[in-house]
Amino acid sequence: MKKIGKTNIVKSIKITLAFCVFLSVFYILILWLFAKAAGPNGGNAEVVTLDGKVVGAANVGQQFSRDIYFWGRPSAVDYNGAGSGGSNKGTTNPEYLAEVEARIDTFLVKHPYLQRSEVPAEMVTASGSGLDPHISPAGAAVQVRRVAEARGLSVESVQALVEEYTEKPLLGLFGTPTVNVLKLNIALDERTR
Amino acid sequence: MNTEILGVVLQVVLLVAISWPLGRYIAKVYKGERTLLDFWAPVERKIYKICGIDPAEEMNWKQFLKALLTVNLFWFFWGMILLVCQGWLPLNPDGNAGQTPDQAFNTCISFMVNCNLQHYSGESGLTYFTQLYVIMLFQFVTAATGMAALAGIFKAMAGKTVQTIGNFWVYLVKSVTRILLPLSLIVGFILILNGTPMGFDGKQTLTTMEGATQEISQGPTAAIVPIKQLGTNGGGYFGSNSSHPLENPNYLTNATECWSILIIAMSMVFALGFYLQRKKLAAWIYGVMLAAFLTTVCFSVHFEMQGSEQIAEMGISQEIGSMEGKEIRNGSAGTALWAMVTTVTSNGSVNGMHDSLTPLTGMLTMLNMQINCWFGGVGVGFMNYYTFIIIAVFISGLMVGRTPEFLGKKIEAREMKIAVIVALLHPFVILTGTALSSFLAAHSPELASAWLNNPSFHGFSEMLYEYTSSAANNGSGFEGLVDNTPFWNISTGIVLILSRYLPIVGQVAIAGLLAQKKYIPESAGTLKTDTGTFSLMTFAVIFIVAALSFFPALTLGPIADTLSF
Repeated sequence: MKKIGKTNIVKSIKITLAFCVFLSVFYILILWLFAKAAGPNGGNAEVVTLDGKVVGAANVGQQFSRDIYFWGRPSAVDYNGAGSGGSNKGTTNPEYLAEVEARIDTFLVKHPYLQRSEVPAEMVTASGSGLDPHISPAGAAVQVRRVAEARGLSVESVQALVEEYTEKPLLGLFGTPTVNVLKLNIALDERTR
Repeated sequence: MNTEILGVVLQVVLLVAISWPLGRYIAKVYKGERTLLDFWAPVERKIYKICGIDPAEEMNWKQFLKALLTVNLFWFFWGMILLVCQGWLPLNPDGNAGQTPDQAFNTCISFMVNCNLQHYSGESGLTYFTQLYVIMLFQFVTAATGMAALAGIFKAMAGKTVQTIGNFWVYLVKSVTRILLPLSLIVGFILILNGTPMGFDGKQTLTTMEGATQEISQGPTAAIVPIKQLGTNGGGYFGSNSSHPLENPNYLTNATECWSILIIAMSMVFALGFYLQRKKLAAWIYGVMLAAFLTTVCFSVHFEMQGSEQIAEMGISQEIGSMEGKEIRNGSAGTALWAMVTTVTSNGSVNGMHDSLTPLTGMLTMLNMQINCWFGGVGVGFMNYYTFIIIAVFISGLMVGRTPEFLGKKIEAREMKIAVIVALLHPFVILTGTALSSFLAAHSPELASAWLNNPSFHGFSEMLYEYTSSAANNGSGFEGLVDNTPFWNISTGIVLILSRYLPIVGQVAIAGLLAQKKYIPESAGTLKTDTGTFSLMTFAVIFIVAALSFFPALTLGPIADTLSF
C-alpha cells in the first residue's frame, strides 16, 4: 500500500512537469508564433494612429471630455488600462441612483437641446470593464449637434461621419450595432484639418 | 427581429448542434476507439513513458481516487510556492509582487478545484510566469481531473460486474491532448485574429488624444482565455474578465467564448449516451437540463433587455436595456445569456458585472449555481446530476414498490447515504457560510461597511453569492464585495475544498460500489429510467432538494431587493 502512495507522488510530480512542457511551453509557443504572424499588432494590443502618432489602443476606450469630441461611457476606473473594472453597484442602491441622477443633469447641461427622455441610459451608466471603447448609435446621435457646433461643422456632415463609423451587428444579423468612439474622433480630427 | 435576440438564438443553436458530434467523439476518446486525432498517440505514449505510467493498468475506484487526490495535493503545494514567490521569478515585466499567504491560499485552492474565484486582479496580482505555470496549467489539468473522474464513472456504469474503472492517468492525459488542447487552439486562433493580445512585452504606455497618459495591460491573454472557458474554469486574465475589451474584443469573440463555456459540458451528456449505448437515457437527461437552462435564459434576457425599473423612473431612454456594468458590444441580451451559461456550468467568467444585474437576473444566477447540475462543470456537472438520479431512483422505487435499480444495479443503503450527504453538503456549506458572515456583519457595522459595496438586501446578496459561487466551484462574484481579506480568503477556501472533493469522492465511490455489484438484467419489473416520467421525477428531486433549501435565503436577498422599491 505504502509503495502505491509513493509512486503516485512521483507520478504526480512527473506528470505536472510534463504538462508544463506540453502546455506552458508548446501550446504557448504555437499561439505566440501565430500572433506574431497573423495578429493585428504582432501579439500586442492593436493601436491606432493620428498623424503617424499612436494615440490609443483600438479596442480600449479612453477618456474624452472636450466638446469637440464624442464622449464614451462613464468609467468606474477612469479609463485606466493598467486595471479594469465596473462600479459593481446594485441597480437598487440609493447612492448609485443619486450618482446616475447627477450624471443625467450634467449630460443635459452639456446638451441643452435634448429632452430628458432622449438621454440614452448607457451614457450615464458605467461599463463592466471601465474600458468600453464603444457607444451605441443612439449614444452618438445625441452628441452630434454639440460636436458640430463646437467644431463649426454642419450637423449633416458630422451625422454622415457617425453613420460611416457605425459598425453593423455581426453579419448584419447578430448582436448590437456599435460606434468606436476613438476611431470616430480620429476621423473627425482628420476631416476637419 | 431584434438582432440581439437573434444573436442569443444563434449561440444556443450552435451549442446544441455541435454537442452531438462532439459527444460522440468524446465517448470514442474515453473508450480508446479510433479518432481523427490518433496522430497524438506517440506523444501520449512518450508522456506515459516519462512519467512511469502503465496505460494498460486498471484501477479500482479506491486506487483511482488515491491517484486523483495525490496529484491534486501536489498541485496545491506547486501553486502555493509559485504564487508567494512570483515577485522573484522570471517573466515579470510589470514588476508585480508575490501574493500574501492567505491570498495565495485562496488563489491556489480556487484554481486547484476548478473554481477560479479571484480575490486579486490579474493585471497586478499575478506575473506572466504564474499566469502560465499556475493559472493556465491548472485550468487545463483541473478540468481534465473532472473529466477523468467522469470517464471513470462512465466505465463503471457501462460494465456489468467489474472491479476496475479504468486508469486515472490515462484519462487525465487524454482529456488534455484529445479534447481540451485542440479546442483551445482553435478558439485561441479566433481570438488572436480578432485582436486579443498574445505576447510578453508588458504594459503599453501611450498618450491619448486629449493628452493624458494611458497604460494598457496586455500579455499572453489569448492562451488563457480559451481554456478558461472550455475547462469551465472562468478565471479571467484581466480583472474584469471577459468584459475587458482585450479579452473579448467583439461580438464574434463573445459568441465564441460563450459557446466554449458550455460546449464540453453539454457534449458530456451525449458522450454518456454513446459510451453506454443508451442514447434515449442521455437524450432525456439532456432534455431536462436544456429545458431548465433555456427557461432561465428566457427570463434573464427579458429582465435585462427590459432595463432597470429604477433607471426607467428617472425618465431616460433604456432602449438597449440595463447597461450598468455591461459593454455595448456584448449588449444586454448577450450579457444575460452569458450570465446564465456561466452559472449553469461551474465556469464563472463574466462579460458584464453580475453585481449590477437587475435583482431577479441576479437571483437566477444564484439559483443556477445552487442547483449546480444543469450541464454543470466539465465532468463534475453530470456527476452532480448522477447523484440526484440515484436519489430519484430510490424515491420512485419506494413509491411504486419496486427494487430501486439503475442500469441493472441495485441501489442500497450505502450508496443512498453517500448520495444524500453529497446532495445536502451544498446547501449546508452555502447557508452556514452566509449565516456566519451575516452574523459578523450584523454585529459589527465596521465589518459590514468594509466588506459590502451595497447596502441592505443587496449587501446580503453579495455575501450569499460569494459562498454560492465558492460551493458551486463557479468563481464569479458580486464583485462589489471586498473579498481579499483573511476572513473571506480562508472561509471561502475551506468551502471550495469541501465542495470539490467530497462530491467527487462520493460520486466516484457510488459508481465504483455499484460497478462491483451483481448485474441484474432488465425485466418487466424494472423501473425504467429513460422515460419522461422518470426525468420529471429527477427534476422534482433536484428542485426540492437543491432549489427549495435556498428559497428563504433568496427571499432575503434578491427577491426583497426587487420588492423594496
